[in-house]
Formats: sequence, C-alpha cells, structure tokens
Amino acid sequence: MSLMKRISLIFRSKANRALDRAEDPRETLDYSYQRQRELLSKVRRGVADVATSRKRVELQATQLEQQSQKLHDQAQKALSMGREDLAREALTRKSALTGQIEDLKTQQAQLQGEEEKLTLASQRLQAKVESFRTRKETIKASYTAAEAQTRINEAFSGISEEMGDVGMAVQRAEDKTAQMQARAGAIDELIATGALDDASSVNQGDDISRELEAMSSQSDVEAELAALKAGSTSQPEALEPGDASTSAEAVEEPRKQEGPA
Amino acid sequence: MIVRILGEGQWEVSEEQLTKLNELDGQVEAAVESGDEAAFAHTLTSLLDAVRSAGSVLPDESLEDSDLILPPADASLDEVRQLLSDDGLIPG
Repeated sequence: MSLMKRISLIFRSKANRALDRAEDPRETLDYSYQRQRELLSKVRRGVADVATSRKRVELQATQLEQQSQKLHDQAQKALSMGREDLAREALTRKSALTGQIEDLKTQQAQLQGEEEKLTLASQRLQAKVESFRTRKETIKASYTAAEAQTRINEAFSGISEEMGDVGMAVQRAEDKTAQMQARAGAIDELIATGALDDASSVNQGDDISRELEAMSSQSDVEAELAALKAGSTSQPEALEPGDASTSAEAVEEPRKQEGPA
Repeated sequence: MIVRILGEGQWEVSEEQLTKLNELDGQVEAAVESGDEAAFAHTLTSLLDAVRSAGSVLPDESLEDSDLILPPADASLDEVRQLLSDDGLIPG
C-alpha cells in the first residue's frame, strides 16, 4: 500500500479509537474542544520557547563576532608594534571562533524556520478550533445523540488529524530546541569563564590585551620623557611626532571607532 | 482527494493528478524500504513539490480529514518509520 495511504490510515485509526471511547458522542465534543484549547496554548508556548532559544543563539553569535573583531584588532596592533608572535596568537584564537560562529548561524536559521512553522501551525489550529466550536454548538442544539453521530464523526476526524499533526510539530520543535539548548549552554559557559573573553570587558580581560597595553604605556612614557628632554613645550600636539607612541596610537584610534559598539 | 503534508497544511488534488503523485509516492516508498536516506530526501521533496503545485490549499478553518497524509518536508527516514508504526510519532 502506498506510503501516503498508510500514514493517513494510522491517523484515522487514532481518531476512531478516541471516538469509540465516548458514551454519548455529544459529550466528546466538549471534551475534544477543551483538548483543542489546551493544544493551542501548548503551540503558543512552543512558539515562545523557540523564539527565546533563537534570541539566545543570536546573542551568542554577536558576542563571538565582537570577540573575533577584537582579536583581529589586537593582531593588527601587535603587528604594528613588531610583535608577530602575539599577532599570530590572536589570529589563532580568532580562527577557532570562526567555526563556532558559523555553527551558531546555522542553528539560528534552523530555529527561525521552526518558529515560522509553529506560528503558522498555531494560526491553522486556531482557525480550525474556532470552526469546530461553531459546529459543536450547532450539533448539540439540533440533533439527538443518534442523529449527531455522523456529523460529530466528520468534525472530529478533521480536527483530530490536525491535532495529531500540530502535536507532532510541537514535539519536533521541542526536540530540536533541546539539542541546541545543550550546545548553547556549553558556549555560555565558555563565555562566562572568560575562555572566549567577552568583548564588553575590553582592557581588563585577556593576556594579549594586557601585553599590548603594557607595551603602549611603556612607549607613552618613553615618548613623554623624550619630549621633556628635548625641552619642548609640553603641549599634547608636541607629542605627535614621537616615534613609538604614534605608531601605536595611530593604529589604535581609528579602529576604536569602527569596532563594534 | 485531500492530501495533507504534515506541518504544512492540506491540499485538494484532482483525480487526474493523482496518477503522477502515486508514481512519486512509489519512489518514496522504495527509498524507505531500501533505507536509502539520500534517495528518500530527494524523492520526498519531488512528491511534496508536486502536491504543492498540483493542489489548491484548503482554507485554515476547514475541518476535512485527509485521504492521504505525507511526512513533513524535513523528515528523516527514521521518523517516517516511526510514523508508520502505530504507536509511533503521532500523539494522542
């Protein structure tokens, strides 16, 4: 038998079994309606959960991108100070981040997809629940239990197929989100322990920053000393033509502006 | 004929279009039986595309049950096997 037919028969047999359990078929209408409302809230919660996970992954990607930019800047600064070893170290760390950023972007796209699917599923279910409610009232008002049977069966099998479908969609979204949550947790931990060094803590974090700062404050002192010795007026402009400090500042200044906020 | 694609919705498909869909469905079924994941993904995509382009979408508020039900577009072989077992993926 065809695949499409087999799946539909399985759905139908589930609906029939649920219907067979009922004594007065009209009672199942209210019971089913209540379950539909529950499922509807569940889907809406599902949409919110997936959105939360997506935002978390987005935030992490932004943090890692800032860190990557920072390492790039550090490499450039180190190179301008003639420290190729430090530049190499910064670039090595940067390349380790690139894979993680890619991975996070893939996850973000997947979660976005799940979010859109669930949103549409919740809209479809809501429309069907509303239509079921109307039909339920009509059936209860105008038919005896015996007469109502066929009409109930019709309404019931349509809605229960939808409920099976939506229930499955929520389950799949939850499973996917749970997998990503675990990975997101690991990255949060890396960020928290400073292993990836949060870019918001520039100048107080990692060893490359500290070494570069030590070098530039050292060269600032030297430059000022040289300026004093030369007996020049100690206006800030007078420091400009200095040697070591200018090269450090010249690379530092413009980059601070173009760096991420 | 009403065809549901799980996770997407329902389409009304005419009898004439059913021959083509049955042929594609046979290919998906063969891929499921041989356990060929790549062939499965490929044939399922063709089948779902055919339903989407041949059919007309049922309105959201319709309460019709479907004659045929198809797996979601991103289903894995494993998920389809579970769908086909009675106590598989369908809740309730």
